[in-house]
Amino acid sequence: METEAVKAIAAGLAIGLGAIGPAIGEGIIASKAMEAIGRNPEVSSKITPLMFVTMAITESTGIYALVITLIILFG
Amino acid sequence: MELNISIAPDILFYIRSFPVTNSLIWSLAISGFLIAITFVIRFSLKTVPGKLQNITEIIIEESFSFVRSVIGSEEKAKKVFPLFCTLFLFILTANVFTFIPGQAALSLRGGNGPLPVFRAAMADYGMVLVLTMISVLTVQIVAIAVHGPFGYLGKFFNFQSPLKFFLGLMDIVGELAKVLSLSFRLFGNIFAGEVLGMVMLFLIPFIVPLPFMFLGVLTAVVQAFVFATLTLVFITLASEIEEDELVEQASM
Repeated sequence: METEAVKAIAAGLAIGLGAIGPAIGEGIIASKAMEAIGRNPEVSSKITPLMFVTMAITESTGIYALVITLIILFG
Repeated sequence: MELNISIAPDILFYIRSFPVTNSLIWSLAISGFLIAITFVIRFSLKTVPGKLQNITEIIIEESFSFVRSVIGSEEKAKKVFPLFCTLFLFILTANVFTFIPGQAALSLRGGNGPLPVFRAAMADYGMVLVLTMISVLTVQIVAIAVHGPFGYLGKFFNFQSPLKFFLGLMDIVGELAKVLSLSFRLFGNIFAGEVLGMVMLFLIPFIVPLPFMFLGVLTAVVQAFVFATLTLVFITLASEIEEDELVEQASM
């Protein structure tokens, strides 16, 4: 195979597989946050920023995959 | 038309042998902007605040109360607050400045096509790595200052049992991984935001890129907050004295 083709396949695999974990994690965080807000709506202003921060941290493994993908494509 | 995406920032010109990149110019501009705002507010302080002073006071007070709530004591919070707030404000301004309309159109004529004068400062890995090293080194210095040099080394080289020795070695890896995880998170988010925006503009130039811009604004604010908060949390963890150490110190 040509190098370009291998690069494209590698980039697709890297981001595709790497996105699975963070997606599940963020889903769990969002559902738990919604549950908590549903149980106690007054604390929603406290939960929402915490939810965003924890999501950004969970996202980081996905971002690693993305960085690798970008390096494969444009590096 | 071809997409112009590069991981390394473009070199605009050289001062002797020192390469001046577009992200360097913009990070200097951002620093200058922040310093100018500081001086403007410092020399026009009033008892009845104007709009600018009001906004600044709200930001400073809110972030100070946040720092105090995380770190737990007023005295420690006063020491950590300057670092936390500087990191937060600098990264926030650098990220938000990427949304100034029209800056992407500025370009210089270079050897192989036009060179963009603007590049998001946080989309340069060198910049992000320096910020990360500042925060990680501060964490190590705080840990040494709190536990003493021997207590600090004792955390990593523990000869009481094979398991503890192994866990200590894992701690070294953990400290090194902090550098990678902190810097990749910020760099990846901002750089990916830039690439996503560019690809969307390339595919469909009208209306469709807008929601991605909103997403970009959200990421810009959240990532600045996350970077500063993680630094704060690491410092808090490093500055806490464990209970058995307290007993040890009391018995000495």
